[in-house]
Amino acid sequence: MSGVVAASTTLPSGAGGAPGRGPRPRRMTPARWGIYAFLLITALFFLLPLYVMIATSLKTMDEVRMGNIIALPVNLTLEPWIKAWSSACTGLNCNGIRVGFFNSVKILLPSVFVSIIIGSLTGYALSFWRVRGATLLFAAMMSVAFIPYQIFIYPLVRVFAFLGLGQSLLTIVIVHTIFGLPTMTLLFRNYFASLPAELFKAARVDGAGFYQIYWRIMMPMATPMIVVAIILQVTGIWNDFILGLVFAGRENLPMTVQLNNIVNTTQGERAYNVDMAATMLTALLPLVVYFGSGRWFVRGIAAGAVKG
Amino acid sequence: MSLARFRLSSRAAAASSLLPAFLVMLVVYIGSTGWTVWMSLTSSRMLPNNTFVGLRQYEILFSNDRWLTSVHNLVLFGLLFVAASLVLGFLLAVAIDQKVRAEDTLRSVFLYPYSMSFVVTGLVWQWLLNPTHGIQKLVRDWGFPEFAFDWIVRQDTVIYCLVLGGVWHAAGLVMAIMLAGLRGIDEDIWKAARVDGLPVWRVYLSIVIPMLGASFATAGVLLSTSVVRLYDLSVSMTNGGPGIASEVPAKFVMDHLFERQNIGLATAAATSMLVTVVSVVAPYLFWRVRKAGVR
Repeated sequence: MSGVVAASTTLPSGAGGAPGRGPRPRRMTPARWGIYAFLLITALFFLLPLYVMIATSLKTMDEVRMGNIIALPVNLTLEPWIKAWSSACTGLNCNGIRVGFFNSVKILLPSVFVSIIIGSLTGYALSFWRVRGATLLFAAMMSVAFIPYQIFIYPLVRVFAFLGLGQSLLTIVIVHTIFGLPTMTLLFRNYFASLPAELFKAARVDGAGFYQIYWRIMMPMATPMIVVAIILQVTGIWNDFILGLVFAGRENLPMTVQLNNIVNTTQGERAYNVDMAATMLTALLPLVVYFGSGRWFVRGIAAGAVKG
Repeated sequence: MSLARFRLSSRAAAASSLLPAFLVMLVVYIGSTGWTVWMSLTSSRMLPNNTFVGLRQYEILFSNDRWLTSVHNLVLFGLLFVAASLVLGFLLAVAIDQKVRAEDTLRSVFLYPYSMSFVVTGLVWQWLLNPTHGIQKLVRDWGFPEFAFDWIVRQDTVIYCLVLGGVWHAAGLVMAIMLAGLRGIDEDIWKAARVDGLPVWRVYLSIVIPMLGASFATAGVLLSTSVVRLYDLSVSMTNGGPGIASEVPAKFVMDHLFERQNIGLATAAATSMLVTVVSVVAPYLFWRVRKAGVR
C-alpha cells in the first residue's frame, strides 16, 4: 500500500512547509470568522476525547458517578493511574497494565529492528540490483498491503505450530517483520531509487561488494528514511491488536490486548477512572512519538500510511 | 579476485538478500492465500480436512444471519466513514489553507487521533457515549432532561457510533493528504481565477477539486482498506453488540476460527473478504499503472 501512496503523493516538505498563498489578510471578514469558528469547533470535537480521558483518570470513583464527564476533577488523585499501572485485573491476574507494557516493549524492540533491516536490505536489492523475479516480487508486495490479515492468519498459525514455534515472542517478531515488509521495502526502495546511480557505480568500481555498499554507503545516506521507518514501525507495532492477540501467546500479550481485557471483561462494578488511566497509559507512547516527531510523523504516514 | 568472479559473488549476495522476501511471498502471499481459499472449499470444522464440498460453505455463509449482518454493517460503515472522513478532512484542509493563525497547532490537533490505536479510540468513545455517565448525562444535567443520545446501546444505531469513532480517528489523515495536495497547486491558477473574477468557492468546486483527484483517490483507497480490516474498533467499543448489531466480517472470521472452531466457514468468510478487496483494488492499481505508463 505504502508504495502506492508514496508514489502518488510525495508530500512537499511534509504537508505544508510554506503556509498558504500570500500574506495573512488583516481584516476579519464574516467569511474569516466562519473559517475560524469551523476550525475551533472541530478542534474542540477532536480534543474532547483526550480531555475527558485525562480528566476522568484523575477523579475518584465517587466524583465520576456524581459529576459529569467534562467537569474538572475536584479532588485530584493519582490513585487510578497507580492502580491501572500496578494492580488492575485481567481475569484473576491483578498485576496491572505494566505487564502488557513490558510485553509490548519486548515485542517492539526486536520487531522494529529486524523489520527495518530486512526491509531496507530488500529495498536496496530491488533498487540497484537486477535480480530475476524482482518485478514480480515488487508487484506482489504492492498488492498484498491491501489484503486483510484474516486471509493469512489461519495458515500462519499452522505453519508456526508446525515449525515448533507456536505462539511466542519469536513468532510475533517474525509476524511483524512479515507484515511490515511491504511498507518498509517500498519506503527504502523509493528512497534509494532517488539517489544518483553514479554513487553506486563508483562504489562498485572501487571494489565494494553488495553488503559493503549497503552498510557503508547506503544506510548512512538513508538516515532520514530510517527515522521515518522507526516512527512508522514503533507506532504501528505498538498499536497492533490482532497480530499480538493471535501470535504472541498468553505470556506475551501486548498492551493493547491487555487494555481491552482490563476494560471489557471486568466483573462487578467498573472502575471508569482506572479504565481511562490504563487507556491513557497505552496511548502515551504513540502520543509522545507523534508530538515529539512533528512533521516526521506526517512524512511517515504519507510514505506508508496503511497499517492495521 | 577477478572482476568476473567478483560480479558473480555480488550477484549471489544480491539474490541472497532477497531470500526473506521471496520466502514471504511463497509461504505467506501465495501459500497462505491458496490454503485459505482451499480450506473454504472443504468441510473442515475444528480440524482441517481435505474433503471437497464445493461451494457448500459459501451457501451456509450467505444464509448465516450473523454474516449477513456483518456485511450489511460493513457496507453501511464503509460508505458513511469514507464519505464523512473525506468531506471533513477536505474541509479542514481548505480551512487551514486560508492563512489562519496557529496552523501548526491546528494540524497537530486534527491528526493526533491517528497516532493512537483503534483500541484506545474504541474505549474512549465507549466512555463518551455511555448513556449513564457520558454525553447524554452531561446534556441532561445542563437542563435538557429529555435529551437522548444512547446510540451505543441501541441495535439500530450502534453502527453510527463506530462511524463516529472511525471518523475521529481518520479525518486528520485525510486532512494531511489534502493539505499536501492543496499546497502543490500552482499559484498562477489562483491569480488567473482572481483576474477572471471567479468567486473562491467556484474555484474550489470547478478547479481545485478536480485537480486533487490523485489526493482523493489516495485517501479513498487508504480509508477503504481500513474499512475492510475493521476489527479492533468493533471489539473494543462494543464487542459486536448489543446482540450482533455491530458485528463486522473480520470479527466473524476471527470468532469462527478461534472460538467457534469452524474453519471451513471462517475461511469462506475470509475468502469473500479477499474477493471484495481485489474487486475494489484491482481497478485502482490498474489505473495507477496505466497513468504511470502514460507518463
